[in-house]
Amino acid sequence: MTWDVALILSIDGLANGAVYLLAGLGLVLIFSVTRVVFVPFGDVAAFAALSLAAFEAGKMPATVGLVLTLAALAVATEVVALVRRREFARIPMAIAGWGLLPALPCLLAWLIAGKPLPAAVPILTSILLVVPITPLVARVALQPIADASALVLLIASLALHFLLSGLGLLFFGPEGSRTAPLATWVLSLGDGFPISAQVLLMITSAIVLSGLFFLAFERTVTGKALRATAVNRVGARLVGIRPARTALLAYGCASLLAGLIGVLISPVMTMYYDSGLLIGLKAFVAAIIGGLTSYPLTAVGAIAVGLVESFASFFSGALKDVIVFSLLIPALMLRSYWATHSEEETEEVDQ
Amino acid sequence: MNRITAPRLGLGIAVALLALAPAALGNFAVALLNDIGIAALVALGLVLLTGVGGATSFGQAAFVGIAAYASAWLTTAHGVSPWLGLLFALLVTGAAALAIGALTLRLGGHFLPISTIAWGLSIAMLFGNLEALGRHTGLSNIPALRLGPWSLADARSIYYLIWVLVGLATWFAYNLLQSRTGRAIRSLRGGATLLASVGADAFRVRLTLFVTAALFAAVAGWLYAHMNRFVSPTPFDMHASIQYLLMAVAGGLGQLTGALVGAALVLVLKNGLQDLLPLLSSRGTQLEAVVFAALFILLLHHARGGLMGFLTRWTRGRFAADAAASKPAAPVAPVAALASRTLPQRGTPVLSVNGAVKRFGGLVAVNDVSFDVKAGEIVGLIGPNGAGKSTMFNLVTGALPMTAGQVRFLDQNITSLPQRTIARMGMARTFQHVKLRPQMSLLDNVALGAHARTHAGILAAGLGLDGHEEQQIFDEARRQLTRIGLADRAHELAGNLPLGTQRILEIARALAADPVLLVLDEPAAGLRRKEKMALGELLRRLREEGVTILIVEHDMDFVMKLVDRLVVMNFGSKLVEGPPAAVRSDTRVQAAYLGSVA
Repeated sequence: MTWDVALILSIDGLANGAVYLLAGLGLVLIFSVTRVVFVPFGDVAAFAALSLAAFEAGKMPATVGLVLTLAALAVATEVVALVRRREFARIPMAIAGWGLLPALPCLLAWLIAGKPLPAAVPILTSILLVVPITPLVARVALQPIADASALVLLIASLALHFLLSGLGLLFFGPEGSRTAPLATWVLSLGDGFPISAQVLLMITSAIVLSGLFFLAFERTVTGKALRATAVNRVGARLVGIRPARTALLAYGCASLLAGLIGVLISPVMTMYYDSGLLIGLKAFVAAIIGGLTSYPLTAVGAIAVGLVESFASFFSGALKDVIVFSLLIPALMLRSYWATHSEEETEEVDQ
Repeated sequence: MNRITAPRLGLGIAVALLALAPAALGNFAVALLNDIGIAALVALGLVLLTGVGGATSFGQAAFVGIAAYASAWLTTAHGVSPWLGLLFALLVTGAAALAIGALTLRLGGHFLPISTIAWGLSIAMLFGNLEALGRHTGLSNIPALRLGPWSLADARSIYYLIWVLVGLATWFAYNLLQSRTGRAIRSLRGGATLLASVGADAFRVRLTLFVTAALFAAVAGWLYAHMNRFVSPTPFDMHASIQYLLMAVAGGLGQLTGALVGAALVLVLKNGLQDLLPLLSSRGTQLEAVVFAALFILLLHHARGGLMGFLTRWTRGRFAADAAASKPAAPVAPVAALASRTLPQRGTPVLSVNGAVKRFGGLVAVNDVSFDVKAGEIVGLIGPNGAGKSTMFNLVTGALPMTAGQVRFLDQNITSLPQRTIARMGMARTFQHVKLRPQMSLLDNVALGAHARTHAGILAAGLGLDGHEEQQIFDEARRQLTRIGLADRAHELAGNLPLGTQRILEIARALAADPVLLVLDEPAAGLRRKEKMALGELLRRLREEGVTILIVEHDMDFVMKLVDRLVVMNFGSKLVEGPPAAVRSDTRVQAAYLGSVA
């Protein structure tokens, strides 16, 4: 391996790392607020990419059907819950919030589909289209068991991934697609060393977004409410924070991140309905290096995972994923070595 | 019909039905039953590992795969007998599980299940990328099993082998759970501190359990390879692992039968869906995954106990009254009591704490505390809230490492020894926050205390060869239960006791360890007056028998009447030490408790 190759691989790795950083942020956000390890995160990103591809092909994305199906399910869940609690007055609001609001991006998609518009419009629409997905599936599948053990939530979230990827296959079909690059110019570094704008864009957006996240969490009341829920749900409830609402916010933000990842990654990688899992899991490895709680360490982990992946693919393309996942073992061991040994009891098995 | 025999009757009918099934059913149904049997083996391991042991595995199919590929490779590449393949498969799978377990089982909370996703995925990817294993095409022409002159190539003949193995595995698992190791496994969910307090190593127990579950999966993998005579990576990926977990959850993670019921439920449903869905939609096969995932989520929402959990709840409600009466002490030949320690001579030092310091960051919780406890005396450790008593207890028992100072127990320096070793030396404790196993009977809870005094391992337990020792353990446990006056409730669940009584039960568990020094953390809290008097009586009787007791307690009346000496702590330091009367009249103690006269 020469220095040139190493440099190319490093830049590749940084671009990958940028994606994992964004995904890792989303995972940490969801986990810290809801204790859910959100496995289907990558699926949402894949849906954004596939939506963009559909727009580029001049078609209406299948995401619209998916979102509307999920919205119908969420409305049904919410209405049933309200009827059970006999709070009939809140039903119209529930229908508006869970049914109509998610339908807005679908309406936008319907309006612009097949029309020649500047590239930014379908990109933004693709992102907006997937934003409702995470809050909707969480409302239907996770919120009813929000107080269950972290383990039950993990199992549910894994099942949710299979549900979403199954729906993905149903709605999008098995074909993969790749979208047009977001930017085409190439930056020459030093003696004619090229860096594509796409890579720069990925890295810049990761840096800017993680900065924004940091500011939002440290400086705003909403950010503090999210952190408070993360630390102690009961305590947060006592001071007037509604865990269900902060959870919704976390899911929404994460969904937005997933959408961004989808449109950033789709020009450099052919996306299929099930490509999300590997992106999500690699972001996990990063998030776990950060202990699923620390944002800065997650960033370090993301870059490490990206670099390992790109160098591993140079040595063995077939085994690169195996190598990345093997990285998890030392990371986890370091984690458990550092972790304070607090005595935690697992809940009793339900009879 | 006598209800006690109802489970046996059910078992008899089930065995008879299974034995007759191939004669009555068509080829398709027999093949389905074969699949169910193989899946049940894997699910059985998961029920043990996840349901009982509390460690979720999302990678169990990888172990099935390792075994299937191991046997397939050995029998195709080297042409040896599939029975040798079984041995090889068990060896390779066991070694892999041991290595993976040793690396990951120390992980706490959600990290462990996440790590299982990682290796589950990696191993399945490896199968598809190794040249020797045929990459994505897999290995074919695997020889069928032969039993002497009979070939087990066709579904009807391998049927009996599969179900005999399922029966053996269930029997092994059942025996295991009733044993010494089984009680430790059932206590894993109570935390490592609980196990360490009875001298057991939670990590080792969990590793044993993990390897056992993997070996169950290995038998399934071996059967799979030689039944289908073809292996490829797909049936061993994470999708399959999730399906095994679904079986265990659907059947009921709490019961061994849940594995069988769950495997049957899921596979029959899967077959039904494969027939039905194509009729409803042209994308039937794609819908299958969606339907399954949705069912799984619904199951987690509404029936986390699974079908057998539901049945158990239902029958318990009906037959609860009989449960206690249905288990009379079986009339068996009496056995010798468990060997007990010789207690040290009265008056010799048992425990001496020398300049103990514990800092939590800037907070000094225990500051240079020294005291001695001599054999046969009761020493009370008292002090206002936040004085550092519980921290002191944790330092003595080894639950927390000391910042500085030394603790000697029975003339040995135990300062840096792990809790488990100290417990095995003869220091037994109870907890301020009760650590009992609520779903285990009183008797089982107390029997756990005798863990360090006995030796039977997992093999002896699973094969039912530990009867003698088990009887010794239960004799001892009954003796201790009688001592604390709960003998008549021996078969009730510990979780049904009031909190005060649970504390007393912890004392019985500690006594079952045959301790030299009994360390009690607020044993009288939550007891009524009469119960307190009975407890005081019990502790005095123990002192007469030569047991040394160190006790933290808030009830001054109780402590003053009981102890020989008191050590008073305040703000982490020792204030006074002496007999109760002297301590009571000490002005510094009065100031610490009541505030000083300004």
